[in-house]
Parts: sequence; structure tokens; C-alpha cells
Amino acid sequence: MFENLSIETLQNYWWIIISLLGSLLVFLMFVQGGQTLIWQIGKTENEKSLLINSIGKKWDLTFTTLVTFGGAFFASFPLFYSTSFGGAYWVWMLILFGFILQAVSFEYRKKAGNFLGAKTYEFFLLLNGILAPVLIGAAVSTFFTGSDFFVNEYNLSRWEHPARGLEAALNIQNLSLGLAVFFLTRIIGAQFFILTIDQKEIAKRAKKQILLNTIPFLITFLTFVVLLLLKDGFAVNPDTGIVSIEAYKYLHNLLQMPLVLILFFVGVILVLTGIYFSILKNSSKGINFSGAGAILTAFSLFMLAGFNNTAFYPSTFDLQSSLTIRNSSSSHYTLAAMSYVSLFVPFVIAYIWWAWRALTKKKMTEQEIEEIKNEGGHLY
Amino acid sequence: MTGIEDSLVDWSRAQFALTAMYHWIFVPLTLGLSFIVAIMETLYVKTGDEEWKRITKFWMTLFGINFAIGVSTGIILEFEFGTNWSNYSWIVGDIFGAPLAVEGILAFFLESTFIAIMFFGWKKVSKKTHLLSTWLVAFGSNLSALWILVANGWMQFPTGMKFNPDTARSEMVNFFDVLLSPVAINKFLHTISSGYVVASLFVVGISSWYILKKREFLFAKKSIVVAAVFGLISSIFIALTGDGSAYEVAQKQPVKLAAMEGLYNGKTNAGLVAVGVLKDNKYKVPDEENYLFKIEIPNMLSLLGYRDASAFVPGMNDLIYGNEEQKIESTASKIEKGKIAITALAAYKKAKSEKNIEVQDASLKEFREYFKYFGYGYLNKPEDIIPPVSLTFYSFHLMVMLGFFFILLFFVVLFLIFKNKLEKNKLILRVALWSIPLGYLASHLGWVVAEVGRQPWAIQDLLPVGKATSHLSTGTVQTTFWLFAILFTVLLIAEITIMTKQIKAGPMKGGQNV
Repeated sequence: MFENLSIETLQNYWWIIISLLGSLLVFLMFVQGGQTLIWQIGKTENEKSLLINSIGKKWDLTFTTLVTFGGAFFASFPLFYSTSFGGAYWVWMLILFGFILQAVSFEYRKKAGNFLGAKTYEFFLLLNGILAPVLIGAAVSTFFTGSDFFVNEYNLSRWEHPARGLEAALNIQNLSLGLAVFFLTRIIGAQFFILTIDQKEIAKRAKKQILLNTIPFLITFLTFVVLLLLKDGFAVNPDTGIVSIEAYKYLHNLLQMPLVLILFFVGVILVLTGIYFSILKNSSKGINFSGAGAILTAFSLFMLAGFNNTAFYPSTFDLQSSLTIRNSSSSHYTLAAMSYVSLFVPFVIAYIWWAWRALTKKKMTEQEIEEIKNEGGHLY
Repeated sequence: MTGIEDSLVDWSRAQFALTAMYHWIFVPLTLGLSFIVAIMETLYVKTGDEEWKRITKFWMTLFGINFAIGVSTGIILEFEFGTNWSNYSWIVGDIFGAPLAVEGILAFFLESTFIAIMFFGWKKVSKKTHLLSTWLVAFGSNLSALWILVANGWMQFPTGMKFNPDTARSEMVNFFDVLLSPVAINKFLHTISSGYVVASLFVVGISSWYILKKREFLFAKKSIVVAAVFGLISSIFIALTGDGSAYEVAQKQPVKLAAMEGLYNGKTNAGLVAVGVLKDNKYKVPDEENYLFKIEIPNMLSLLGYRDASAFVPGMNDLIYGNEEQKIESTASKIEKGKIAITALAAYKKAKSEKNIEVQDASLKEFREYFKYFGYGYLNKPEDIIPPVSLTFYSFHLMVMLGFFFILLFFVVLFLIFKNKLEKNKLILRVALWSIPLGYLASHLGWVVAEVGRQPWAIQDLLPVGKATSHLSTGTVQTTFWLFAILFTVLLIAEITIMTKQIKAGPMKGGQNV
């Protein structure tokens, strides 16, 4: 089946899968957003415990999505993996350090003999909650703004900026997307608390946080979008593979790919609808809209970066070193073999959905936490 | 873009070794304890005995503490191939990336989804669904091990691939050759069963501690029965897969086998060193005999390596300097041919860019002819093919000795418990307790043999480590090395202190958090 498809079709298919994983990751980072809200929404130890146990059931899913995103990028576009990870070393290391700290913090925070004390683990959660969305958002933005690297005739790469990726933070557009993702994860994190916790004070404070974070989210996101649509982009000649600068490239992409345009607008409207439901309708289902909206918006940004003859990882040091979905992918055989594996994805999504429903169909209460504690159940 | 400093290679290797070894402290317990817990919960569901539920929940709590730090130390490994080994990631990414992606899609999600049900779903799903979730966690953990070990097996024995001179990388041509390679299968079975042994020693050891402290007799005995049976079967299986692994090493990595045995000069009817002390720790130019002392099992090395007691087993000198009689080519000759392949590839690429078809075709033909030796072209001298001999030799022998000791220990423990004499035998209880670290040690030694013994290759015969790193400054890697060293050590201390507190508190309340 897949082996009969052209390599271009397989490359497109895998770019769609990578985009899907990337956009799911953006949504699932509501766990990180939630981690940064623990002190603002939880005022007592019991409330903090409720909040942490609520997102604690999901941290592993976000973590796994990140790892799968990395693995899938490696398998399908290895030149991106080798160039970006080996090049923007400090950015990736900072992201990874945050996740290393997060992975133990939920489990160890309340355990006796945890060596560092509960507050240190809470600080780790805060650190990961800030670093991951800001840096991953900024890293995705470099898909549009470019980085300084060189790829030689053997496809071996060298990063040309001494800051090893941290230089991306000096670009206002990268910073805008990083912060927009950060505020978005806080909004969805607060919506998740409203969905899963039955406690009036927490719901009230979460609602307030949604409002407070919506304002900077809109400012930073609009800044990013305006800069994106007005900027020159990195176009690829589909016949020769030569990369050149094209004015308003991403605006052109949006207009030339009407489906992406629709996805983008629907995504943004859904995010705002979710916020509207959470704030003005007191609905606990706001996350359904904002979550779906975040996925669609992020997905459309990946489409803008990679499709319509665009270099998705442009080099500002040497234009012809830029990576496209054509020149950076795995071979036809590997892409086809991996495509068979991708057929399992709907099955995976189905059981994740089932488990999600099984664990969140009933809201958590302080009483439930007490009961679990008394029975010796698993708590964070 | 070719100049990579030796110090960068050393520090990159040190960082990978550090992070991998820390990760491997936690993985074996996850692999084995997940099955032990699943067996215990099955007994609970089958018998309805609440004691089994209490036992299950206690070991599940320890599993959770260990699992968290296993995940924490694991994420860096997935990305380190890119951050620190970017040349490697390109040159073999077409093959190596696939198992990592499959691992994420098929195994990690299974593990992470059902672990949430396993920990938090006791009252939210039915008993049978909960049990299924626990089994799926065990299955998912072991499935993830399959894919990463397939990837590692491929590094030891690259198969199912073809080098594409246009993209300058190896490309996969047969997925099933990669997945079902005998090296990968043996490595998977040998490694996961080592995890089962570590976990069994862990459960038997801690349960023995309770008996020594005159606490939790019923809990401890039941735990010991499950773990010791599981451990005995696993430790016998590990010996069988170890035999399979040694056979594969003899066929595919003869230099590694020679280093494992400290064998300088090859011989027919070669004996296996049961116990030995080397004269020199590093390989030295031709030497007759490199042992201060050894006890040998006659013919056994020939038999294990080649299934023939009279077979010739090449030594390090044969592999470096060649052996005409045995038709073994010298490394100097391989290096020369490797350099021809490298030059031919450069000529091919130049001719292609200049559209000189004639030179292009001739260069490609020459490259294909000598490609087999491609990796050798990057070596400086023939002696570079020898890995650190003493480290490989002692690691191998200590691992094997410990492996046989574990079989004996599980057998004795089971014998005593069925005779109802275990609680009186303090010596065995103490030995069981102090064997916990020995399990971890044996498991790590196995990796030392596999990875140190593979040097100087990142990919056997294809890519030496010196050509595989990212283009970073040595200082950058030194900084992250120390950051990881400090961070992982702090987290390890936290893990051990939490685990110890939890064990001391005991299973009185079904393993509740303390």
C-alpha cells in the first residue's frame, strides 16, 4: 500500500504526522501551564494537593508525546534531528533539563525522605512549566525566522552561532510565540482544573487566571501573527530545490492553502470560544473548545512552515543549507515502513481517550483525596 | 568540517556512558517488577485474597518511585543521539530513527496510559480491567525495551541497509532484517531477562530483610515465592541467551570476543577462561601470553563461539596483523581499502557536481567495491580496533560468575522456603539482601562488555565514534556532563532515601505513601 506511493506523498504524509504530534504536544502542555498556576490557584495545602493530583495523572502523557515527537522527527526527517538538536544544543538541553526535573517531582514531592523537600520539587514543576512552553514555542518560531547553520555536501551540519540556539530568544517574533504558547498553556491548564476538580474556590480562582492570561496571550499571539504575515519567507523552487527569499511568503502560503487558512481561523475562534465559555458561561467544558482550537492553530502553523514549497527549517547563514521536507527526509523505504506503523495511531488515540474518560469522568474532591490517603492509594 | 577533537569524542562518550548507566540503574527494575506485580495482582484477582492485594500495592508503590526516575533519566538518551551525536544521527538516522519512533508510538503510550489506570484506577475501573492495565504496563515496558535494543543490536551488527552515496548515509532496505537480526533478538532476550533477575533479587532481598527483622512474615514469604520462581526461571534463561550472545559476538565481532577472553594469539581447541588475571591492562604489541594466572575450561571457547570444539578462535594479534593460514585479513590492509572507499566517495560527489558522468560511474564502482572497509578508512592505526582489554575482560568474567551465583541463590532460597526453613537460615537471608546490589552490578557489567567491547566503533565496521559526534566545543560537553552528573546523583540519593523510608514503613497499609 504505502510502498506504492511516491516519496513526495510519503514526505507530505509524515510532515502531517509530525505536525499532528507537535500540535498535540502544544495542547498537552496544559500540564506545564497548570504547574505554573499551583500557587495562584491553590491557597491551602489541600488545594495544592488537589491541583497537583489533577494534572499529575496527565504529566506522563505530555512527556510521552514529546518523546514520540522527537522519535518520529528523527525517523522521518533525520536531517532536521541532526542539525537542530546537535546545533541548538543549549535550547534543547534546557528543555530537557526541565522535563528531567518534572518527571520525578510529581512522584517525590510528598514522599518522606525525598532529600530536597516538597518546595524544591514544586520549584522544579514551576521551572519546567515556564521553560518548556516558552522554549518549545520559540523553537517552533525559528521555523519561520531561521537559524545560523551550515550543511555540507555530506549532509553533516555545523551551527554557526556561538550561543547554540539561545540566540533565538533575541528575536521578538520567536519570543512572542514562546510567550503566547506559555500563556495559552496556562489558560488550558486552568480550564483543566475547572474540568476535573469539584471545589468552588479553585474554580473561581482558575476562572480569574483564564481572564488574566487571555490578555497577554492575545497580545503576544497577535504580535507573532502580524510579524509572520508581514515578513519575508523562505521559498523553495520545487524543480531545482534552490531556496530564495520571497516577500510575504507566509501570507501567500495562507492564501494559497485555503484549507490551512480555514483551520487557522477555526482554531483561533475555538480557543476564544473556550475562553468565553469558561469565563462568561461558567462552563467546565471550555477546555474542549480551547484544546481543540490550540491543536488546530498549531497544526496550521506547521502546515504554513513546511508546505507550499517552503523551507521549514531555514538557514540564515547559508540559504542553500535550509531544510525542506524534500531534502531532509528519510528514504522512501523507511518512510513507507514507518507509515505502516502509523496505522496504529488511531488505536493508540482510542485507548488514550478511554483511559482519559475513565479517570476524569468524576470530578476530584478534597474528600476523595483524604479517602485515597487513608486507604493507602497512590497520591502525588 | 572533518576535524573533531579527541577530547570532544572522549567527553561525548563519557556523557553518553554517564546518562545511559544512570538510566540503566532504574530500567531493569521497571522491566522485571512490572511482571512480578502483574503476577501478584493476578493471584489477588484469582483468589480474592486481600493479602495479595496488599502485597501488590506495596511493590507497586516501589515500582512507581523507581519508574519516575527511570522516565526522568531516559528522556535525555532519546535526544542525546541528536544533541551529541549529530553526524551519527544523519549517517544512520534512516535506520536508527525508526525503532525509536516505533518505541514511542507502540510502547511508550501503552505504558504511560495504563500506568495511570494502574495507579489511580483501583476504584474507577473493574478488577479485571485494572489487572489488564497492570499487564499492559508490563508488556509496554518490555516492548519499549525491544525497540531500543533492536536499535542497539543494529549498531553491533548493521544489517538490512545499503549506503547511498548521494545522501551520504546508510539507508534501510529491509525492516525485518533489522528487527529480526539474530544479534538484536539475543540482545533483547538477554537484556530483559537481566531485568527480571534484578527485580527478583530486589523483591527476594527486601523480603528477606523483613524476615531478618522479624516483621511481615506472611507478606515476605509470599513475595519471595513469586520472585524466586520468576528469578530462577529468568536466571536460567539468561544463561541460555548469554550463550546465544557469545555465539553472535564470535561471528560478528571477533575482536570483542578476543578482548572478552584476553586472547592475544588465536588457537584451535581454545579454552574458556573461567577465572583469570591479566598481565597487562592495555593491549601491547605481540605477546605470547597475557595472563598472570588463569583456570581454563578446555575447548569451551571454540565450542561456545563456533559450535565446534576444534574451531580456530582468532586472537587480537591475528585480527590486527592478519593470519594467512586462517584467511584473516590484516587491519592495515582494511584501513588502506577504507581510505580508497573514502576517496572514491569524494571523487564521486565532485564528478557528479561537475556532471562528469565517466568519472562519476568509475568512482561509484570503486566505492561500492571497497565500501565494506569504509569505516576502517577513518582509523589512524591498526591497533585502534582493540577495545580496552582489561575492562572488557573483567566485566565479562564477573558478569558470568554473578549470573551463575544468582541461579544457585534462587534455587537455595526456593528449596529452603518450601522446606519451611528459610526464616531460620539467617546466612541465606543476609546473602539474599546483599545480593540486591550484585544484580545491578551484573546488569551494568553486561552493558560495559557490549559497549566498551564495541570500541572504537559507533556502528561496527562502518562508523568509528571519532566521526560520529556533533560539532561542539569540548567545554560545552564538559559543562553538560557535570550538570548531568550532579543532577542525576542528587535524584538518585532522593530515590534511595524515599525507597528506604517506604520499605522501612512496610506494607501495613497496602503500601500507602509515607
